[in-house]
Amino acid sequence: MFGDLSHLALQQYWFVIVSLLGSILVFLFFVQGGQTFIFRIGRSDAERTILVNSLGRKWEFTFTTLVTFGGAFFASFPLFYATSFGGAYWVWMAILFAFVIQAVSYEFRTKASNFLGQKTYEWFLFINGLLGTFLVGVAVATFFSGAQFSLNEMNSVTWATGAGGLEAALNPFNLLLGLTVFFLARVLGLLYFMKTIDNENILVRSKKALFNNAIPFVVFFLAFTVWLMLREGFAVDPQNGTVSMEAFKYLHNLLAMPVVLVMFLVGVLAVLGGIASGLLREGGNGIWFAGPGTVLVVFSLFMLAGFNHTAFYPSAYDLQSSLTIQNASSSHYTLEAMSWVSLFMPFVLLYVIIAWRALNRKKIDEKEMQEEHHVY
Amino acid sequence: MLETIDMSLVDWSRGQFALTAMFHWIFVPLTLGLSFIVAFMHTIYVRTGDEEWKRITKFWMKLFGINFAIGVATGIILEFEFGTNWSNYSWFVGDIFGAPLAIEGILAFFIESTFIAIMFFGWNKVSKRFHLAASWLTAFGANLSAVWILVANAWMQHPVGTLFNPDTARNEMINFWDVIFSEVAVNKFLHTVTSSFLLASLFVIGISAWFLLRKREVLFAKRSTVVASVFGVIAAIATIATGDTSARIVAREQPMKFAAMEALYEGQTHAPLVAIGAMRTDTTRLPNPREEFIFKIEIPNALSYMVFLTPSGFIPGISDLVYGNEEEGYMPYEERVERGAVAIQTLKELKRARERGDESTYSALREKFTDPVWLEEYFAHFGFGYYQGRELKELIPNVKLNFYSFHIMVILGTHFLIFTILVLWLSIKNRWGNHKWLLWVALITLPMPWIASQAGWVLAELGRQPWVVYELMPTISAVTRLKPGAVQLTFWIFLFTFTLLFIAEIRIMISQIKKGPGGK
Repeated sequence: MFGDLSHLALQQYWFVIVSLLGSILVFLFFVQGGQTFIFRIGRSDAERTILVNSLGRKWEFTFTTLVTFGGAFFASFPLFYATSFGGAYWVWMAILFAFVIQAVSYEFRTKASNFLGQKTYEWFLFINGLLGTFLVGVAVATFFSGAQFSLNEMNSVTWATGAGGLEAALNPFNLLLGLTVFFLARVLGLLYFMKTIDNENILVRSKKALFNNAIPFVVFFLAFTVWLMLREGFAVDPQNGTVSMEAFKYLHNLLAMPVVLVMFLVGVLAVLGGIASGLLREGGNGIWFAGPGTVLVVFSLFMLAGFNHTAFYPSAYDLQSSLTIQNASSSHYTLEAMSWVSLFMPFVLLYVIIAWRALNRKKIDEKEMQEEHHVY
Repeated sequence: MLETIDMSLVDWSRGQFALTAMFHWIFVPLTLGLSFIVAFMHTIYVRTGDEEWKRITKFWMKLFGINFAIGVATGIILEFEFGTNWSNYSWFVGDIFGAPLAIEGILAFFIESTFIAIMFFGWNKVSKRFHLAASWLTAFGANLSAVWILVANAWMQHPVGTLFNPDTARNEMINFWDVIFSEVAVNKFLHTVTSSFLLASLFVIGISAWFLLRKREVLFAKRSTVVASVFGVIAAIATIATGDTSARIVAREQPMKFAAMEALYEGQTHAPLVAIGAMRTDTTRLPNPREEFIFKIEIPNALSYMVFLTPSGFIPGISDLVYGNEEEGYMPYEERVERGAVAIQTLKELKRARERGDESTYSALREKFTDPVWLEEYFAHFGFGYYQGRELKELIPNVKLNFYSFHIMVILGTHFLIFTILVLWLSIKNRWGNHKWLLWVALITLPMPWIASQAGWVLAELGRQPWVVYELMPTISAVTRLKPGAVQLTFWIFLFTFTLLFIAEIRIMISQIKKGPGGK
């Protein structure tokens, strides 16, 4: 089946898979977003414990998706992995630290003799939520605005600035996506609380915070989208692979791929509908609209970045070093072998859903926190 | 060719990776083994319905969880560091090395992370059988994760199933099954997981001994010990058997590593095995500097016997490998460097011809890369070509560290086998706990498998030097060209973070153990 596909078809298939993992990751950032509310919504120790535990049953999904996203990118587009990670050293290191401190915090938070104290681990979770989401947003924005690298004849990367990628955070365009992802994660986190927690105070505060965070999210998202549609993009000549700047490139891409346009619009509507449902209705099913909506929107953004003869990881410093899904990918054989493995993904999704439902049949409340033997 | 590389950058990058890997490996082997021990205990509980077994299961499960979290935290750093600090490596071998990492994520990590949540929170939420299945799936997922990263590591030790593509200047996978079922990969996996099972068994035996010494939770401690010692004896036998195979494979595939771990300079038949020895550096002799034994106890013929199952087998020493040994068919390194340089030069000319559009030169050169004779005579030495103009001694791994790592591992492994058999025997006779001094031995043994396990990795990775991919890609050419200061800074940040986490982890573990199975 996969063996008959052309190299380009496999490259596109893998770009789709990586994009899908990336979009699911952004949805699962509801864990990170939720973590930024530990202090704001959890006023008492008991409330904070409920919040942390409701997120704590899901944090591993986000973490594993991040690791898999990285692994899949490494395997399918190794030159991207080498260039971006090796070049934008400080951005990736900062993201890395934000996740290292998260991984231990749930387990260690309320354990006796935990050395750093409960407050510190809660701050770790907060920092993870803040930095993790923002920096990933900034890093992904460079897919459209370009990064500062050049590659030599052996494809060895040199970064043009001493800041190792952190300079990207000063670019207002990148900043917009960083803030969008941050506020989106917060919105999703709040919707998740409303769905899974049975506590009047938390519900009331979540609703209020939802309004306050949905506004900046919508503003930043709109600003980013408009800018993206108007800005010039990195076009690749399909004949000789030369990269050049093209006005309205991403708008052109959106119009050239009607499926993506539909996905984008449906996604946006679903996210807005989810938020509206969270604000206006009881029952808290907003997450089931906003979540899949997020996946659709982020997925279409990835499509805009990589498809229709576009350099998905462009270099603003040295245009011809830009990476495309063709020049950055693994060999036909590797992509084919991994494609077989990718057939397991629906199965993985299935047992994740079964496990998720098994643990979320009943909402979390204070009583459960007192009775449960394994509490974070 | 690599004259411009800043060695302090290479050293700091290696230091950072070693720091992360070794720190990661404090927690991972325990979770690999403990997950199965917990699954066994959980099974006994479900089968018997005995509440005491539930307490036992929950206690060890809690310790598992604490370790799991920190193992996860350090695991992601390793994945990222391939890209951040070894980007040339990531690109050069991403085809082969990346695939196992991706598969690890898709197939293994999700099993682990999904079912671990059920395992911890499922006590009153899912059916008993589903819950038990979750415990087994967690153990299975954790060990499956180990498969893929070990396949990747095995490939670095013994690159198979790949072909160099001169057009992309990369190694590309041509046979997935060769990569995952290579003898090195299978052996490495078995040796690593069985030794981790052994480590976890000795951990459970050691902690239980502490309870017995304090005369607390005697039933809990004795039952835990029975499970752990059964598991431990099987694991110890398997560890030694796979370790023995491993040595034979190393002798065949990585003769330099083998010579270094035995500190064998002059090759010989009827080679003795150094059972115990101490070394000092003698800088007056070549290859320079050379390690001399201050004292050693040898077992005659044992080394030749270990490798060839006959004492007349010839084991090459470091000198044979560096200076060549025509009689035994070892080409001198000087020659290999020259031939490797020819291969590199050919590759460069090919690239230039392609860029010029010089079709005839291009196709003539391209043909060489499919000619088995040329590949054997020149390309086989490709990695050596990078050492043109450098000193030959850079091609010799650190003999002392390899020697000590290997011997510490072997001596401790022998102790573990004898000890677990003793514990099992006394447990069956229900006499475990009667001798206080044996309980103390169990406690003193507790940290030892960590030393053995770390030593194993030191040997595996330092013995491979100076190669990142054995005889194909030198470590110095794999590194990302960052400023050494940047890597130095992240090294210290990592060290600081790891130290904090380690203190927290140990304190939490101790307090949880002191609480015992009765506590929350």
